[in-house]
Amino acid sequence: MSSFRQGTLGDWVFLNLTRSAAIFVLLMLAGTIASLVYGAWPAIEKFGFGFLWSGEWNPPAERFGALIPIYGTLATSLVALIIAVPVSFGIALFLTEMAPVWLKRPLGIAIELLAGIPSIVYGMWGLLVFAPVFAKYAQPLLANTLGKLPVIGELFSGPGLGIGILSAAVVLAIMTIPFIASVMRDVFDVTPAMLKESAYGVGATTWEVVWNVVLPYTKVGVIGGVMLGLGRALGETMAVTFLIGNMNVFGGFSLFLPGNSIASALANEFAEAESAIYTASLIELGLILFFITFIVLSLSKLLLMQLSRQEGATT
Amino acid sequence: MMMNEPSLGLEAQISCRNFNFYYGKYHALKNINLDIYKRNVTAFIGPSGCGKSTLLRTFNRMYELYPEQRAVGQLLLDGKDMLARNVEANSLRARVGMVFQKPTPFPMSIRDNVAFGVGLHERLSKGEMEDRVEWALRKAALWDEVKNKLGQSGMSLSGGQQQRLCIARGIAVKPEVLLLDEPTSALDPISTMRIEELIGELKNEFTIAIVTHNMQQAARISDYTAYMYLGEMIEFGITDQIFIKPQKKATEDYITGRFG
Repeated sequence: MSSFRQGTLGDWVFLNLTRSAAIFVLLMLAGTIASLVYGAWPAIEKFGFGFLWSGEWNPPAERFGALIPIYGTLATSLVALIIAVPVSFGIALFLTEMAPVWLKRPLGIAIELLAGIPSIVYGMWGLLVFAPVFAKYAQPLLANTLGKLPVIGELFSGPGLGIGILSAAVVLAIMTIPFIASVMRDVFDVTPAMLKESAYGVGATTWEVVWNVVLPYTKVGVIGGVMLGLGRALGETMAVTFLIGNMNVFGGFSLFLPGNSIASALANEFAEAESAIYTASLIELGLILFFITFIVLSLSKLLLMQLSRQEGATT
Repeated sequence: MMMNEPSLGLEAQISCRNFNFYYGKYHALKNINLDIYKRNVTAFIGPSGCGKSTLLRTFNRMYELYPEQRAVGQLLLDGKDMLARNVEANSLRARVGMVFQKPTPFPMSIRDNVAFGVGLHERLSKGEMEDRVEWALRKAALWDEVKNKLGQSGMSLSGGQQQRLCIARGIAVKPEVLLLDEPTSALDPISTMRIEELIGELKNEFTIAIVTHNMQQAARISDYTAYMYLGEMIEFGITDQIFIKPQKKATEDYITGRFG
């Protein structure tokens, strides 16, 4: 009567195994936050919220503020996305809708291989190969075209040194394209052929089908892919360290100027941080990066909710 | 059985002349000759894999999306070669609309679903577009059910409503021909009945070609029936004759259920 059927015990064990795996993630997250807060506490106590908007980073005087690394992190990631998202969209569009069959697989695999290149290789390539070429050809060109425009021109002014926020952003874009493009390709591929044919069936062009039907249909996946890329860009350390210039001084909004990002500040300065407050300040930078990621994720959820409201919510 | 009386003064809307179709090397349609008459319902029946959907999909050149598929022979729309290079597939598809096996509402509001195709081909003011959307939804017998929720997602409707939405989307562009590829195969009997009634009304304005697995459906709604088998057109004629007195043994075997 009450004897266990063989599978029932197995189900019970399996349920608890999977449940503990899920709880483990929460514990890890809580542990990370707790240890970051604990480590950063001296700095939080000393600088308070002022840490967030102080632009001073002065180890000898033991005065620290996070504004410059925060700005550098956001600026490089944002510019990287502005470059990477349209390019990735183009790649995914070409691969799913237009490429001849014999080209689809090799090109798809090549893009996935790009994702596997270690970031230090991108960093060294960026510093030794890309930056000199960028300084010699691209930066003067940008300064003479976009740099002449009002308002936007500010972003492309000043001397082109090769390294700086823009160079870091371009290399970041190259690094994130494989991730975003392969996610976009995968979600475009799962769009039902019948749905696409319906759109072609009322006389839409390939562009109209992708822009008006495939993209809204796959918006959750596409935004997920962009967030994956953004996550990589925000946290990317090695390649940015090589290219951003590691300057903790704010010289203006020009993207040609060197700057610093949170991850690269941590990588560069942790070993030489001697005083307790210096270490604590660096850990607080880590905590801030954590919150930036959290805010970005929340914004993407809000964006999705907004989009589904526009489409006409289901009742 | 006089309910399916074909109208007089027949005029061919689509004509196949020695038409062949290939999937790669596979010869899927063999030497098809056929006229689809204006403002009549033509049904295509036959066992799975006989090529009836393939044939339907050539009428709006949907096969062109797949590089390994090709058509050989003549296909005329109003007497003009529709496979000619200078005929753009997009403008052709505005004249030959299509509805699929499963409802495929676009991920947008009910209004935008209907307006989508219209906006691609015509520049209408907001008011004109509202009128067109209402006209199409009324024609598709969906207006009364959705008039108060045009802003809601097309995906929030029931399956039968979604399929009528797809029909409204197709006719909103004001095509001459409407291709229906097993439009009721995913629907319940009541929704199926509504779509069948709708087809009976739509044929006053549109030429309709329908592929169906359901022989009773073909008998109920069509004026002409084509029986296909293994890529060949076995028999084509007035529906009542095909079902009551088929000329060929193979057709008789199929419609009496001895085969297929």
